[in-house]
Amino acid sequence: MTGLTVPPTTVRTLVVDCPDWPLTALVVDPDEPVLVLGAGRVVAATAPARGAGVARGQRRCEAQRLCPEARVLARDEVREARGFEAVISALEGVTPWVTAQWPGWCSFGVQGPIRLFGGEVALVRHTTKVVTAAIAQSRLGTDPECRIGVADGAFAAGLAARSSGVAPEGAVIVPQGGSPDFLAPLPVEVLTMDGLKGDLANTLVRLGLVTLGAFAALPAADVLARFGADGLDAHRLASGVDDRLVGRRPVSPDLAVPTAFDPPVEQIDRTVFAARLAAEVLHERLSSRGIACTQIVIEVETENGEHISRRWRDGGTLSPTAVVDRVRWQLEGWLHGPPALRPTSGITLLVLVPDEVALASGHQLGFWGEASAADKRAGQACARVVGLLGPGSVQVPEWQGGRDPDTQVALTPFVELVEETGLAGQEGRLSGLSDKSRSLETPPWPGALPQPFPAAVHVDPVVVEVVDATGTAVTVDGRGGLSGVPNRLAISLPFVRPYPEATWRERITAWAGPWPIDERWWDQHRRRRGVRIQVVTADGVARLVVLADGQWKIAATYD
Amino acid sequence: MPSTQPTSYLRSLLAEPELFDDLPPEELLERHLFSEEGPSKSGLRVVPSLAETARRVQSTTLATDRVLPVLEALKGLLPNGLQRGITVGVSGSGARSLALALMARATETGSWVVVVGDDDLGLAAAAEVGVALKRLVVVNAPDPKQWAPVVAAFVGAVDLILVSPRHRPLAAEVRRLAARCREGGSVLVYMSPGVGHLIDGWPGRLDFHFSINEASWVGSDADPTIGSDMKQDRLRVRQVYVSVNGRGLPPEGRRDILLLPGPEGAPVRP
Repeated sequence: MTGLTVPPTTVRTLVVDCPDWPLTALVVDPDEPVLVLGAGRVVAATAPARGAGVARGQRRCEAQRLCPEARVLARDEVREARGFEAVISALEGVTPWVTAQWPGWCSFGVQGPIRLFGGEVALVRHTTKVVTAAIAQSRLGTDPECRIGVADGAFAAGLAARSSGVAPEGAVIVPQGGSPDFLAPLPVEVLTMDGLKGDLANTLVRLGLVTLGAFAALPAADVLARFGADGLDAHRLASGVDDRLVGRRPVSPDLAVPTAFDPPVEQIDRTVFAARLAAEVLHERLSSRGIACTQIVIEVETENGEHISRRWRDGGTLSPTAVVDRVRWQLEGWLHGPPALRPTSGITLLVLVPDEVALASGHQLGFWGEASAADKRAGQACARVVGLLGPGSVQVPEWQGGRDPDTQVALTPFVELVEETGLAGQEGRLSGLSDKSRSLETPPWPGALPQPFPAAVHVDPVVVEVVDATGTAVTVDGRGGLSGVPNRLAISLPFVRPYPEATWRERITAWAGPWPIDERWWDQHRRRRGVRIQVVTADGVARLVVLADGQWKIAATYD
Repeated sequence: MPSTQPTSYLRSLLAEPELFDDLPPEELLERHLFSEEGPSKSGLRVVPSLAETARRVQSTTLATDRVLPVLEALKGLLPNGLQRGITVGVSGSGARSLALALMARATETGSWVVVVGDDDLGLAAAAEVGVALKRLVVVNAPDPKQWAPVVAAFVGAVDLILVSPRHRPLAAEVRRLAARCREGGSVLVYMSPGVGHLIDGWPGRLDFHFSINEASWVGSDADPTIGSDMKQDRLRVRQVYVSVNGRGLPPEGRRDILLLPGPEGAPVRP
C-alpha cells in the first residue's frame, strides 16, 4: 500500500475504550465469574467467565451452560451513564473536543493536546492517568482497565484501542500515515463493529476479500457502482485514508432544535420526553434536505446558568432513538453524577445541534440478504396491527432450544422500530436464529424429544386417561418405566372443543417412548418432572401424551 | 500488496449482473456504455448515480413474480407454484403440516408469513418443514370483531397469511378479503381450527382446496409399526394421500402421495 498519501482531512484521533464498562459501573470483583445481561444477551463478562467460553452477544442460557457458577447481573445503563460522565468531564481538562459514542467509549482529536503535553506518548500517559483517576474517584471498579489507541481517523484508532493492552504500557500508537498498513491485515468483519452492515462483510468474504487491505485495493468507483454509498463508506474506512462518511458537509446553524422549559424541569423523564419530540423534529428537518446526522452536540442549560455540552456520535447516522438515548445518558450523568458537577436548579433549555451531517443514502435494496421492500412492508403492517390490538399481540419466534416442543421456540413481542428500517432491525436482533439448518445444529439437549416435531402444540392441554388392556390406568415407576402397555386413550370430560363427543375414546395402535424428563430438579418451584410418550390411535392421528403431577395430558398433536 | 491480478479478476465479479435483460432499448444502449467494449477504451467511464443504481435494482414484475415458489415435493400438486392472490383451504389430519409445507419455500425466498389466531401452531415443526422463522410473525387470536381488520392489514403487505379463526367469519368479510388478496397478491391460507376437521367454517369460495384423505405413521424402515412391543422407537415419517381441487383443475382434482414429514423433516415424495 505504498504511494498513498494521507490527506489532511483525516483527523489524528485518540480513542479511549473501557471494554467492560457495564462491569465497571456495577463495581464487580474482576476475579469473580460474573456476566452482565442486557436485552437477554451477554454485554460483558469478567475474565474467569470469559475463560469458560462466555462471550459478548451470547444468549443467557448458552452463557449459563458454559459457566453455570457465574453470577448474573442485569445491565444498569443509568449507572453506566453516570459513571462515564465523570470520565468525560475529567477528559475535558485535556481537550474540549471529546466526542462520546456510548458509555465506555470516547475519542478526541490529538492535534491540539499533543502540543500541550509534548508528544503522543506523553498524551497517552496523561489520558490514562486522568481516566483511571476519574473512575477511582467515582468509586467504580476496583481495578479499572482502559485501553487507548491512536491513529489517523477514528476508525483505525478504535481498532487500535481494541487491539491494545492495558494503557499506558499496552496502548497502540499507529504512526502518522500508517493507518492503511495497520488496517490492511485485519479481517473485513471488523467493519461490522463500526455500525456497518454485517452483510457487506459476509459478501466480501464470499468474494474472496478477507482482509481490509484486499477490499481497499479495489477501485473506489467499482465499489460505489456495486455496493452504493454504504459500500463506499466501508471502502474509505478500510483504506484508512479518509474515514468521513460520503457526502459529509458543514451544517447550517439554524438546523439546531432548541426546546425551552418554562417552568424549569427537574425530572429526567420529562426532559427526555421533550427530547424525543425535538429529535423527531431534527430528523424531519435533516431528511427533508436529504441529509442525516452523524454527530450531534447536546446542550443543556439550567435556571442558574449552569451549562453542559457534550458531543456524541455513533458508528453510522444517528436515528431519533439514538439521539434520545444520548440525551438520557448525558442527563443521568449530569444530574445524578458526582456532586461537585451537579447543577443547582432545574433545566430551562435543551438544544440539539447537528454537528456533522452526511448525505442520507436512504435504504437501498440489497444484493444479498439485506432488508428488502418486503421486509419493510411486513414491518409496517405489524406495527399497524400492534396499534390495533395492543402491545404484545404480535410476536416473532426465536429459536432457543429445549427438550419439549413448547419450549424450543420462544415468542417475543414484536418491537416497533421507529425508524424506516421496518423489520430489518428486528431481523438483526434475531440474527442468531432459527432456520431449519439452525434448528438442527443447536447444542444438544439431552433427553429432548426426537424429531419430527409436532405441528400443533396445545396451549391448553386436555387431560386424558391412558389405560392398558385390562382397563387399569398406566403409571410410571421411579425409574421412568411404564406400568403397562398403553392400550386406550380416553377423555371423560365435559365438552372439549376439538373433540366433539362428550366421552371420546380411541384405541392405541402404536406407541413409542417413554422419554422421561426431569428439568431444574434443583429448583423447587420451577422443577418439571414427567414422562412423555408418542401414541398413534386408530384414527391415524399421532399425539404426544405427557404424564406430570399424576395426570396424563395431550401436550401436542402431530397434525 | 499484489494488486493487479486480484483486481482484474474481481472487477468481473463486481460487474453488474445480467438481471436487466428486459430493459427497454434506450437503457440497453446506456448499459452498453458501461461494458468493456464500450467507450471505456477511450478512457470514458460513466459511473451510474446512486439514484440510477437504486432504480435499476428495483424489482420488475415478471410473469413468474405472480407465482410463489413451492417445495420440490409439492410440484406434483402445484406444478407451477402457488399463484398469488388466491385463497386456499387446507383440511384433514395433518392440515397444519401441509399448510406449513405449502408456505415453506416462499419464506426462504423472501416472502413473509403471518399466522393469525392459531395459538397451537408448532413453530419447531414449522422450522423443520422448512419455513424460515425469521420471516414468520404470529398474531394472537383477535376478538371476532377485529379479526377481519387485522387480516386486512396484512393483505398486500405480506405474501402469505395463515388464518384459523375460532369463530365463523361473515360472508361479506370473507368476500372482501378475497377481493383484496386478488388485488394485493397475497395468498390467504385457511385452516379450520382443531385437529382433523373438514373445511366447514369458511363462508366463501376457496380457489384451491387441499385435503389429506388418509394418513398413516410409520416407524423405522424395518418395522412399520412403532413400539407396539415396547421397542425403543419413535415416530418417523407419515405417508399422506393429498388431493387438491379448485379453479382450473380437472373435476377429479390432482392427487399425490407425500411423506409429511419425511425422514429429514421436510416433506418428500416417496
